[in-house]
Amino acid sequence: MQVTVRYFAAFREAAGRETETVETRASTPRALFDECRSRHAELQAWESSLVAINDEMAQWDSEIGEGDEVLFFPPVAGG
Amino acid sequence: MKRFSVTTRPIDLDLFRGQLTDPRCGAYVQFEGWIRDHNEGQAVLRLEYEVYEPLAVKEGKTILSEATERFGILRAAAIHRAGLMELGEAAVVVGVASPHRAEAFDACRYVIDQLKVRLPIWKKEHYASGKTEWVNCRRCADHG
Repeated sequence: MQVTVRYFAAFREAAGRETETVETRASTPRALFDECRSRHAELQAWESSLVAINDEMAQWDSEIGEGDEVLFFPPVAGG
Repeated sequence: MKRFSVTTRPIDLDLFRGQLTDPRCGAYVQFEGWIRDHNEGQAVLRLEYEVYEPLAVKEGKTILSEATERFGILRAAAIHRAGLMELGEAAVVVGVASPHRAEAFDACRYVIDQLKVRLPIWKKEHYASGKTEWVNCRRCADHG
């Protein structure tokens, strides 16, 4: 299936891009992120990273589907 | 004024506070987070916030609603800056009004603590040494 990936802040700088459309068999954001890491060597999985699917906060083991937009958030630092 | 908002301009503190006045409330607690000149031993010159606004606003409103339900306060609002900021500016402001002070203090603390860990907002510090670093993502800067 095809999904769109969006990288933010440190993830975007590590991946060298803001967004990409990928063909994947990953069924969770965790599996998808691992695939992305294999393409972008500088991407790292920080413990407190967050994920959203189609502008809703999600879990790393949530289910992703065809056409979803998956947003990878490195550790946040608001305030 | 919206209950939760993101702005690239200096926060108007009088306007912010004014939206929360309520004759039923005898207590008002406000928290301001300022840009300080150092972090973990490094001199900070300025910093920039990256905000993913659609989700930051959605999650910010959720947190304010949680605080209202949990502590029984009557009014709550928060505003967060985005973009480049100078030392001393307010990066975030939280205001809570309630009939009595105890729940206002508790709710204000809850809101700022949750905002810091749940909103998709990132802080990049610019140091006197010329280096920059994403806060909480140190190892990335090493690669940067």
